[in-house]
Amino acid sequence: MATLEIKNLHARVAEEDGEQILRGVDLEVKSGEIHALMGPNGSGKSTTSKIIAGHPAYEVTDGEILLHLEDDDFGDLEIPDDARTWNLLELEPNERAALGIFLGFQYPAEIEGVTMTNFLRTALNAKIDEREELLFGEDAEEEEEEAGYDTSPMEGNVDDGEVGVAEFQKLLKEKMDLLDMDEKFMQRYLNAGFSGGEKKQNEVLQAAILEPSIAVLDEIDSGLDIDRLQDVSKGINALRDEQGTGILQITHYQRILEYVEPDHVHIMLDGKVVKSGDASLASELEDKGYDWVREEVYEAA
Amino acid sequence: MSSDQDHLKETDTEARFEFKKEQKAAFVAEKGLTEETIRVISEDKDEPEWMLERRLRALKQYQKMPMPTDWPGQPDLSEVNVDEIVPYIRPDVEVRGGVDDWRDLPDDIKDTFDKLGIPEAEKNALSGVGAQYESEVVYQNMQERWEEKGVVFMNMDQAVQEHEDIVKEYFMTKCVPPSDNKFAALHGAIWSGGSFVYVPEDVTVEMPVQAYFRMNSEGMGQFEHTLIVAEKGSEVHYIEGCSAPKYSAFNLHSGGVEVFVGEDAHVQYSTVQNWSKNTYNLNTKRAIVEKGGRMEWISGSMGSKATMLYPASILKGRGASDNHITIAFAGEGQNIDTGAKVYHNAPETKSTIESKSISKDGGRTNYRGLVHIANGAKNSSTAVECDALMFDNESTSDTMPYMEINESTVDVAHEATVGKIGDEDIFYLQSRGLDDDDAKQMIVSGFIEPITEELPIEYAVELNRLVELEMEGSLG
Repeated sequence: MATLEIKNLHARVAEEDGEQILRGVDLEVKSGEIHALMGPNGSGKSTTSKIIAGHPAYEVTDGEILLHLEDDDFGDLEIPDDARTWNLLELEPNERAALGIFLGFQYPAEIEGVTMTNFLRTALNAKIDEREELLFGEDAEEEEEEAGYDTSPMEGNVDDGEVGVAEFQKLLKEKMDLLDMDEKFMQRYLNAGFSGGEKKQNEVLQAAILEPSIAVLDEIDSGLDIDRLQDVSKGINALRDEQGTGILQITHYQRILEYVEPDHVHIMLDGKVVKSGDASLASELEDKGYDWVREEVYEAA
Repeated sequence: MSSDQDHLKETDTEARFEFKKEQKAAFVAEKGLTEETIRVISEDKDEPEWMLERRLRALKQYQKMPMPTDWPGQPDLSEVNVDEIVPYIRPDVEVRGGVDDWRDLPDDIKDTFDKLGIPEAEKNALSGVGAQYESEVVYQNMQERWEEKGVVFMNMDQAVQEHEDIVKEYFMTKCVPPSDNKFAALHGAIWSGGSFVYVPEDVTVEMPVQAYFRMNSEGMGQFEHTLIVAEKGSEVHYIEGCSAPKYSAFNLHSGGVEVFVGEDAHVQYSTVQNWSKNTYNLNTKRAIVEKGGRMEWISGSMGSKATMLYPASILKGRGASDNHITIAFAGEGQNIDTGAKVYHNAPETKSTIESKSISKDGGRTNYRGLVHIANGAKNSSTAVECDALMFDNESTSDTMPYMEINESTVDVAHEATVGKIGDEDIFYLQSRGLDDDDAKQMIVSGFIEPITEELPIEYAVELNRLVELEMEGSLG
């Protein structure tokens, strides 16, 4: 069980005279919980998600993002006492990923020439290596590169990394069955030529393979028809139910929340979380729009 | 390198240099290019009179022709001074057999072999200085199998002696005449070594013909000639195995490749080359493709200070086709000017060109292409695609696709993309657990995948590793 704790986060665009976007965000997401983060365009939702993952385009000017780890976070791996709390802002994006942070992109990159299978296995092994290095120091293990290619050099070495080709294939099949995904997906290049819906499903699949403690899903419902929305939602629920991932679901609309029922709903306005509540808050928003929140917040102030 | 070897190196260096100097006097032609030099080379090789005459004619051509200097954006060749070049070193049996000479290679080259994970024995063979007994045996076995079918695969110098009639007919007569360009002329005058491949009618050579052995027997040749004659209905895949960096004693490489693709024959020429960073790599490669024949050029150009290389196909007969896949990588101080040329001289001919380039740390890549569709080449089609990937704002990439279309019923497509390696792409991969370097490497591996996919696995592996090493900036 891990907890992501965002305290008083201020951030701006990382360039000269970059616009201040976040003005004191507070949020706490635990493994196994589903949070919805809602708000109008430009309120800072996507920025928040990118900063959690370590996007270099933003500069944090104040506040902190902490990740608290507990013993059950990495299966049998025992977490040293002095490595239970991490300040994410001090870590590279891949280090954050290694500690269990996952960002589902609204517009995932398309990488030609890299098959899904190769990418996912490489990512999984990189994550496992990095995690050991972070928890137990540099000397944990030094990877050996040896010959022994399986089918294609692009698929990498058979013995390269913690998870071998055969073991990975098995894992992959399991996860794809769980998400009702077509296996032919796996020989395609990463997101290249994928439809909008396929890309979103692919994001969920990656979260299923990498088993993060906390997954931030940035408008994963955008551009999906109702069938795809249901598929993707089913996947998100499975992440929580099967592997106890905590979900921070960023969305404009209440629609996805009919399928992925949140434990908590937060509303963001002008770079701050201004109101939090349970699932009913989302329906209230659907009826009354954001202006209502805006009025309430600014009148109170 | 072991401390044992280090010790040897220190104590023996001086002696070995002395030894080599003495040897050189006996084996090496005078610096610079004169008629006398050419005669010495030809005599040393015991060549027939007609070959000497061709060499001398080529020399005259060379002396007449100006250096190319006015191509837009071409590499600077002002440092190329042929008078300073030692044009010929006779392969030295003692040097070839002497494993000791591995240590004479520059450290960066040895280092590269180490990083490529190539075992010591193979390193010796690849560097052209070691004994290659095992490979010779393998080669002999394969040769016997081919010979039964009438296939010939041998060193070019040897071919002049043993297959004089074929060589006389094809050698720099119809495909790459010395008058083609200054460096073709230079090559015609001082060529040495290389490969000769002859495939008789309707014979298919199932296994790729690999020219690894050639580097051994050739040793220091930097002007190698490759002649491939594929008769009607035959099929062969020739691979030039210079996938390891070559140690160039002098800094000019000017090879020549001539390919004759007979009616309905199919030839694939693949090469992955990585030159030391002080080499000017100026080659002429061309194929003539008869009716229904198919030519494929697959090439990876790595290393060198400057490369000018535009493999060409002349689609001479109806329905002939050509497929080019090239990749270039330019790092700091490098200018890789490469591309493709296709002449559609008959109806229903077809060509595709796929060119990929990567530049980083101020490196410069050019795609220079020419597609010529002659009047009367009805219903021909061509598709050109150039993609350039740049790592930083200091690197440059230019695309110069010339198209000369003299026929109206043709299908012409050109597409070029130039992009900086995307920060968003890198971030995406990082967010999945890959570090910055691995993310970039994965993007580049994907970028060159169309080429690695076409190569036999060991070459694909090596190409990938070379690119990885270039990416780390740890080559040469």
